[in-house]
Amino acid sequence: MSETPDRRLLTPEEYREAQASPEFQELKRRFRAFAFPMTVAFLVWYLLYVLLSTYAPDFMGTPVFGDVNVGILFGLAQFVSTFAITHVYVAHANKRTDPIADEMRERLEHHEYARGGAATGRDVAR
Amino acid sequence: MTAVPTAVLAAEATGETVGTPWVNISIFGLFVLVTLAITFRASRNNKSAADYYAAGRTITGQQNGLAIAGDYLSAASFLGIAGAIAVYGYDGFLYSIGFLVAWLVALLLVAELMRNTARYTMADVLAFRMRQGPVRTAAAISTLAVSLFYLLAQMAGAGGLVTLLLGVTGEAAQAVVVAIVGALMIFYVLVGGMRGTTWVQIIKASLLIAGAFVMTVWVLAGFGFNLSALLGGAQANATAGSDVLAPGAQYGLSGTTKLDFISLAIALVLGTAGLPHVLMRFYTVPTAKDARKSVVWAIWLIGIFYLFSLIIGYGAGALVGAESILAAPGAVNAAAPLLAFELGGTVLLGIIAGVAFATILAVVAGLTITASASFAHDVYASVIKKGQVSGNGEVHVARITAVVIGAISIGLGILALQAGLNIAFLVALAFAVAASANLPTIIYTLFWRRFTTQGALWSIYGGLIICVGLIIFSPVLSGAETSLFPAVDFAWFPLRNPGLISIPASFLLGWLGTVVSKEPVNEMKHAELEVRALTGIGAEKAVHH
Repeated sequence: MSETPDRRLLTPEEYREAQASPEFQELKRRFRAFAFPMTVAFLVWYLLYVLLSTYAPDFMGTPVFGDVNVGILFGLAQFVSTFAITHVYVAHANKRTDPIADEMRERLEHHEYARGGAATGRDVAR
Repeated sequence: MTAVPTAVLAAEATGETVGTPWVNISIFGLFVLVTLAITFRASRNNKSAADYYAAGRTITGQQNGLAIAGDYLSAASFLGIAGAIAVYGYDGFLYSIGFLVAWLVALLLVAELMRNTARYTMADVLAFRMRQGPVRTAAAISTLAVSLFYLLAQMAGAGGLVTLLLGVTGEAAQAVVVAIVGALMIFYVLVGGMRGTTWVQIIKASLLIAGAFVMTVWVLAGFGFNLSALLGGAQANATAGSDVLAPGAQYGLSGTTKLDFISLAIALVLGTAGLPHVLMRFYTVPTAKDARKSVVWAIWLIGIFYLFSLIIGYGAGALVGAESILAAPGAVNAAAPLLAFELGGTVLLGIIAGVAFATILAVVAGLTITASASFAHDVYASVIKKGQVSGNGEVHVARITAVVIGAISIGLGILALQAGLNIAFLVALAFAVAASANLPTIIYTLFWRRFTTQGALWSIYGGLIICVGLIIFSPVLSGAETSLFPAVDFAWFPLRNPGLISIPASFLLGWLGTVVSKEPVNEMKHAELEVRALTGIGAEKAVHH
């Protein structure tokens, strides 16, 4: 159908070259250096909320003002942190990973990794 | 017409009237007419498989964000969460937090990478560097399993709503209504494909969020925009002896229920990124950047909606009262409609009822198209026909599958009519299945070079079998008053949500299956997957007509 066949145009060797290139390793490092610790962080933060709700209901039930207690505020804080992490991730992607990804995509489309990584000026073939 | 006296009777029993059925039906009918017209318009552009499965990949990030919200904010979110908060207070709040935080897993780890590497289905990614046949089959089976659990939950919601809002009682009459809902949904999917389904979801999400906004402001205005006063009101009207402001009203009773709460929480937060119908929405946008944008929109819309549902839930607790809610037909799921009636009378109830029906219709359509795409693309085209099938042959099979799945869901819906289970609880089971069968394989495939076919199969089948098996032998099915089959008792697993056991087990099986297999790593395919996932080279492009 009207699916573009362009991904067939890249050879497996080009993918290997691209994968081994220093810019790709940097892209991967930047992606993981943000995504992995942040995932651990928000999961721990969420589990802390769940465990406190389960095993420290009296603490969570401590009134802060009027009928609003620690638990309600803790829950609302989960909303705030989710919105904040979303915002920080988008900023990180725009600034730190998108530029490398865009440039590499451009060069892959021009088959610059087909020439043994010559375009990068480095011989990184394994 | 014979239904009317019973409805009045039920209303008298609860001390509430439940509005005028014809108002509810006309508002719902209006929604159906508008969406049908849009579906017909959208269908004119449906030419290829990419059109049918992925709306030609021409949906913008913002539109897709709305459509994701439409897909995700099912009857569980609207009726189930509001009901759980109204009756159990704080413990119901956890659902919305789990459902929301889960989106960060999708945003950070899954959405963009999947968009870059798949064509139509989840299995496109899972089978990418594995042996195609077995992995695709496994992924298709788990897709169908998750979709059926989710469908069951939606149809159970439809059944309760029918009783409450349309004044339709009696098994036969309710079955007819469920069949009509199912037939409409099949029609949307057959005619509109993903494009039509997407627009149904966009309209529905807008209506739902607007409706919830109106109710939220209305409730808050009644309490002088004072959150503390609202909470106090809910506490004053709670069932005797329960504290709806602090944790524990539902899950704090014993060591087992506490573990159940944790199990539920884990299933919620890890389920979203493994839901096939959510993953499939990422393929409808032109690029990974649009996939990211759509998740950001979705997180904001869904988060704000859940903040509304907190107010609506406590508002229902304060203004309607937990005991009246539990006594109403539809039980806990009736909180939001009853609150609407309390606030705005027949008209607001009609609007909210129409929106709730639209919600069920749209979510069921999204599930059906996902399940049918998975069968046609993964099982029929890739496994049975070994890829030797034209795009339209595949779409033809997808359409037939959609009819079959629609028929199955009508059947399930009729069965589910009798059960008064909370919809959010049922959906949480679908989340547990998704987190157990799908998420470990998705994560390993994207981030672990060594991962093998055997690891994928052990993880998918192992996670699926353990999860569904534990549900079968849990109090959900038998052995308790609230079970589906209360008369028998074959339950030996104490937790009502199996996530605590089945999700770690699936991760472990994926790891074990990989380290004991002799399959060498396909370095070429791994390189292709990694480079495509992170750079977006070779990603499927938008279709221009």
